[in-house]
Amino acid sequence: MERPGQRVLGVYGLGSALGVLAVAAILATLTQAALALVYPLCATAAIVLGALDLQVLLSDGSLSGSLPLGLPTIGLRLRLDPLSAFFGVVINGGVLTASLYGVGLDRIELTRRVEPLFPIFAAAMNLVLVADDAYGFLFFWELMSLSSWALVVARHTDPEARHAGHVYLMMAALGTVSLLFAFGGLAGPAGGYSFDAIRAHPPGPAVAALVLAAALIGCGSKGGLVPLHAWLPLAHPAAPSHVSALMSGVMTKVAIYGFMRIAFDLLGPPSWWWALPPVVLGALTAVLGLLYAVLDRDLKRVLAYSTIENVGVIFVALGLALAFKANAFSAAAAVALTAALLHVLNHSWFKSLLFLGAGAVLHATGRRDLDGLGGLIRTMPRTAVLFLVGALAISALPPLNGFVSEWLLFQAVLAGPTLPQASLHFAAPAIGAMLALAAALAAACFVRVYGTAFLGRPRSVEAAQAHDVGAAQQVAMGVLAMLCILGGLLGGPLAAALSPLVTRIVGGALAAGGGPTPLSLVAFDAGRSVYDAPVIALFVAIASVTTLVIVHRLSERRTRRGPAWDCGFPDPSPATQYTASSFAQPLRRVYGTVAFSARETVTMPPPGDRAAARFSVVLVDHAWRVFYAAPARAVLDLSLRLNALQFLTIRRYLVLMFGALVILLAIAAVAT
Amino acid sequence: MTLDAAIQFLAQGAQMFLVLLIAPLAVGVTRRVKARLMRRQGAPLMQGYRDLAKLLRKESVLAESASWLFRTAPYLIFALTWVAAALVPSFASGLMFNWAADVVALVALLGAARALLALAGMDVGTSFGGIGSSREMMIATLAEPAMMLIVLTLAIAAGTTRLAGVADFFIAEPLAVRVSLALSLVALVIVALAENARIPVDNPVTHLELTMVHEAMVLEYSGRHLALIEAASMLKLTLYLSLLICLFAPFGMAPAAAGIGGWLIGTAAWSSKLLLGAALLGVWEVSIAKMRVFRLPDFLGVAFVFASIAILLAYLSRGAAE
Repeated sequence: MERPGQRVLGVYGLGSALGVLAVAAILATLTQAALALVYPLCATAAIVLGALDLQVLLSDGSLSGSLPLGLPTIGLRLRLDPLSAFFGVVINGGVLTASLYGVGLDRIELTRRVEPLFPIFAAAMNLVLVADDAYGFLFFWELMSLSSWALVVARHTDPEARHAGHVYLMMAALGTVSLLFAFGGLAGPAGGYSFDAIRAHPPGPAVAALVLAAALIGCGSKGGLVPLHAWLPLAHPAAPSHVSALMSGVMTKVAIYGFMRIAFDLLGPPSWWWALPPVVLGALTAVLGLLYAVLDRDLKRVLAYSTIENVGVIFVALGLALAFKANAFSAAAAVALTAALLHVLNHSWFKSLLFLGAGAVLHATGRRDLDGLGGLIRTMPRTAVLFLVGALAISALPPLNGFVSEWLLFQAVLAGPTLPQASLHFAAPAIGAMLALAAALAAACFVRVYGTAFLGRPRSVEAAQAHDVGAAQQVAMGVLAMLCILGGLLGGPLAAALSPLVTRIVGGALAAGGGPTPLSLVAFDAGRSVYDAPVIALFVAIASVTTLVIVHRLSERRTRRGPAWDCGFPDPSPATQYTASSFAQPLRRVYGTVAFSARETVTMPPPGDRAAARFSVVLVDHAWRVFYAAPARAVLDLSLRLNALQFLTIRRYLVLMFGALVILLAIAAVAT
Repeated sequence: MTLDAAIQFLAQGAQMFLVLLIAPLAVGVTRRVKARLMRRQGAPLMQGYRDLAKLLRKESVLAESASWLFRTAPYLIFALTWVAAALVPSFASGLMFNWAADVVALVALLGAARALLALAGMDVGTSFGGIGSSREMMIATLAEPAMMLIVLTLAIAAGTTRLAGVADFFIAEPLAVRVSLALSLVALVIVALAENARIPVDNPVTHLELTMVHEAMVLEYSGRHLALIEAASMLKLTLYLSLLICLFAPFGMAPAAAGIGGWLIGTAAWSSKLLLGAALLGVWEVSIAKMRVFRLPDFLGVAFVFASIAILLAYLSRGAAE
């Protein structure tokens, strides 16, 4: 597998790319003039690292090495295996496009609070993937958390950003602590912290359960699994837009990687019940994430909430893969795992695209509130087209890439009833229904976002005077939009390219080339389920062109422009348009009353009174109330009570110390 | 072999044109039946075709604030719906491209058409367009989970999500009455009513009423664009009738190996069942009133509950069979 030449090249490539990132970071801290160099350097490093990852992934090989750093006994072990390489491709694709976007930023937009941290953040994410021992993994994980935290609080004068940074820091700490426990459990009493040692001695079932729970908390808090999601919609939008793209599109994937590394690799052969927590939490996350998204009015926050949904979808797919793998249904496990991996890839593309698009809108108008935008399809025509591709792709509509992974996931769910365990096969329909609900909500959410921000008439002066962003930013978005289209059409070949990795993990792969055409995507076998995006796209293209030609031949071709009809009462004021809030109203009534105890109150002045009528909506975020506000209050309460301990007399302190000593001795006596 | 392939290709093409041809007639039948039951004379059966021809002859008036999306959307919506309708097996199950899209992909194709229509509704920037779009998307969120459960029931019974495969399975199976399938049928009918904006979910003949959904979205369209949108919604009705026939009453459909004779019988069987379905829709529509928008969750909830029970029964019957 590992050829010497390849190894030398790999080590050289990895080292030099990381070196470039380090140089970029150092340069940027030294001089203001060097800030502009950061993004070209990062783009170069991302190309090198991405190429290296792609090579390892496609050749199904691995690279490993160790450095005399880290824990004294084992050093710092590094290993790039196909799983890391796959996530490396995802991450470096995101870093590359974000850097491309960064190249186009104006000189005055660059600050020392953002640019030096960008390469560190990129390098940290890459290093988490190649870490091959628990210490290195946690160290780089923490580096990733801290560098992204610093990027979130880059605009530290904004109280919202400070609040976001605070919550993020707490959640990141919680995540790292649980991962610490997870690796402690994996290493066992002997303390074998290298991944090889862990693989050699997988833990027993009880410890495995604890490790799985800790991994779910640790990785789930980074990825935004409900109820650990609260920091994500605060922190992701607070960062500059291309960094938001990295955090939402890419950093959440590192969390997925962490979970996969632990659950599919280090924990040993799975038991069937491991599937339940990720599947149930994932499905809840998917629906709840979108319910938040569909009711929110801030463009970037909507995107962050939709990231939560997608992470939920990926966790559902991973959970199903675990269930099938535990039952040795390798074909179904391959469908589920391919769905998960493709969704990781697809989500990194369309979410980066959408965040960069949001960045372009923010740059052009200075606004992120949906109700202040509108009509951008005329003022920012290019961004509008690219954003539309992203919006349709994330809504899982064929023939774009979001639907490929969604289709595979539905096929995996449809195989769910064959599972022997009652709880799993009765869960399958519920999961399927929740995923279908999430897909429909995603479509509603992005029709709402696109319809209010880009369509209609401008609702503010800024939106009316917007302009397209520069060429570099357009190229960055264009590349991603192209990937969304190609990924949709070439789902079959992409799945085939992943099949060595999938086989490695679950022992089976999608039937490649078994379909009616070479490009069709086949789940199980061709007699059962086939999705052929190129054929469908061709059909639709032929049908629309034929229609266009025939209709233009047959019909009256005159077209007149006139005022909007609007049932005879067109109002010139753009304020009479449907807003994002009004679009969400039916959904809020149907789902919000259940999920958020939404209540609407209308105060009408009495007849004759000319005061304005008032309408207000109250939403209660139960997840925040129960999982964040209540513990925070409890901690505060407890600390206030303990505060009394600071004002005791010296005799009492001595008594306390003596008491503690006695208790410790008693414990020691009982334990031995 | 090549001749055979050519015939197969032509048959697929024939299906594509057949659905397009019959769609206005099906709507005409529904309208006619409704009118007669209301003791009105009613429009002639061919009125659907005449309406489309009339719209094509008229000039198109675009709102000043309409963008390129508003003008391109009708073509894409029509093409997406047409392709989806042409992929549902009608007279024969083994047509050339029957594998290209399974039920999941078919639902998603219609979803793409719906998303484009909703976007077009918001493009001009009027309150009517927005109200229609937002309600349409809300109804979709209610209908899709039920649809997913129906698909799951069928997949459990037939072991495939390919429509042709499901149809083949039900043709081959003896006509046993299955409770789970009956419940799925009810659920699918409800979903179909919602998706096609029929009574009680939406009223296809009203304008200027605040409960309208589909008509509000397309309010700004005129001329050839409106013709395409109307044709697409007729096709969608045909598609759902075809889907119901294909899944629950496939008798008469030509199996994979059938020749031209089988296809002719299949065509006769399919078109008579389709028109019967359209007539039944007319009867249904005069016998029930339009519901308030916010009672729709209850109505579609019924579909969801029926589909859930159908799945449970499918599990139980599978368990009994094993």
